[in-house]
Amino acid sequence: MIEDIELETLINDVYEYYGFDFGSYSRASLKRRVNRLFHLDGFTHFHEFLSRVRYDPEYYKRMVDEITVNVTEMFRDPSFYRVLRNEILPLLGTKPFIRLWHAGCSTGEEVYSMAIMLKEAGLLHKSLIYATDINASVLETAKKGIFPLRMMKEYSENYRDAGGQEDFSNYYIANYGIAKFNEELAEKMVYSQHNLVSDTSFNEFDLILCRNVLIYFDNDLQKRVINLFDESLAVLGFLALGTKETIKYSISPTKYKQFEKEKIWRKVK
Amino acid sequence: MEKSEVITGCKVVIIGGSAGSLNALMQILPEIPKIKDFAMVIVLHRKSTDDQTLEDLISLKSNVPLKTVEDKTPLVPGFVYVAPSNYHLLFEKNDFLALDTSEKINFSRPSIDVSFESAAEIYGESLVGILLSGSNTDGTAGLQAIQAHGGTLVVQNPLAAEMPFMPNNAILYTEPHFVLHNHEILKLIISINSPND
Repeated sequence: MIEDIELETLINDVYEYYGFDFGSYSRASLKRRVNRLFHLDGFTHFHEFLSRVRYDPEYYKRMVDEITVNVTEMFRDPSFYRVLRNEILPLLGTKPFIRLWHAGCSTGEEVYSMAIMLKEAGLLHKSLIYATDINASVLETAKKGIFPLRMMKEYSENYRDAGGQEDFSNYYIANYGIAKFNEELAEKMVYSQHNLVSDTSFNEFDLILCRNVLIYFDNDLQKRVINLFDESLAVLGFLALGTKETIKYSISPTKYKQFEKEKIWRKVK
Repeated sequence: MEKSEVITGCKVVIIGGSAGSLNALMQILPEIPKIKDFAMVIVLHRKSTDDQTLEDLISLKSNVPLKTVEDKTPLVPGFVYVAPSNYHLLFEKNDFLALDTSEKINFSRPSIDVSFESAAEIYGESLVGILLSGSNTDGTAGLQAIQAHGGTLVVQNPLAAEMPFMPNNAILYTEPHFVLHNHEILKLIISINSPND
């Protein structure tokens, strides 16, 4: 395992050379990710790794891509999606136009899950889903809508547990180990790179989803990001986080009302 | 076995298990009256769609009160914590728990190795790692990390384990201080930090 002091040196150097601040990332996870990459790429001395990051911008990009966590799945936590489908979408459906933001969308599995639910609710045609991530290469994957075929059994179970009634396999074409999702689902998706640590609000949304991203941030950065979401959310809009995340340490509780026991909050003022 | 029979200065007891470990845990946990100056953390392999059933069960059976693990939950002595399904459980400095959704390790999330390694780094000699039944290699690398950081290694006696593979694998690749039956594990946990009892 790399040393704490080495990790801090890396964080400082990355900030100095590239202006990106990992200083507010949770250390336990960040250290594991850096350690993993260090060994994956066959380094034996930390200073070699450090100078590669400093002087090779391509390698720096690889490092950012590899140390940010990009594991995601379709309809992760089916009960959450069931509440979205049954409770939230009918409320959003009364609006003439629905703007959604998936912040930290990774390879897009949750974005396609949302598009499927919007389509089944008859709302996709009047929706626009902005999906952003810090990592440019995952966005390329997301745009293609191609996911591993071996995952489809689990995803179709999640889909059914989330209240889906259709034949899940109608949403993709299987071919040589991949599942290519129908392009119709992607028509209302807009992908772009956005950094929650340093970028600002870029639109007003009715629903913001940011699931299992805040767990990688310390309390100060969580506060900043929640405030960014607050600035980006219309009154009566919804904010959805991961099942173990909360806004309660970050923003005034009078401003948001939690939706039952789910990690969904409604902006009430 | 270099350590004395009584463990002192312990801050965290971390228990890992897979197939067959829940029964063992249910023989041990309800018999623990209370824990004073250390926290207990349980990392069991569980279904990814599992909700709160494991937490509910432990909360029902245990005299030691359970605190539900969320992002950055403070780790407080006297309580039991359970790694939530579909997350890795990590330890931060200043006694906080952290969660991570990165790749499964040993086909598992939560992975015992991940939590053991992370706890070993933070708690060093004040950590006791206990590995129970299972049919997977998870836990061995974690115990190696605890060993390297000077913590105490406890492995369920494979004869007592429903699935002896996991404890056997750990015994093969680490030097456990204790290899114990369930009632001995219970006695050991009760004796922690109580040298005069």
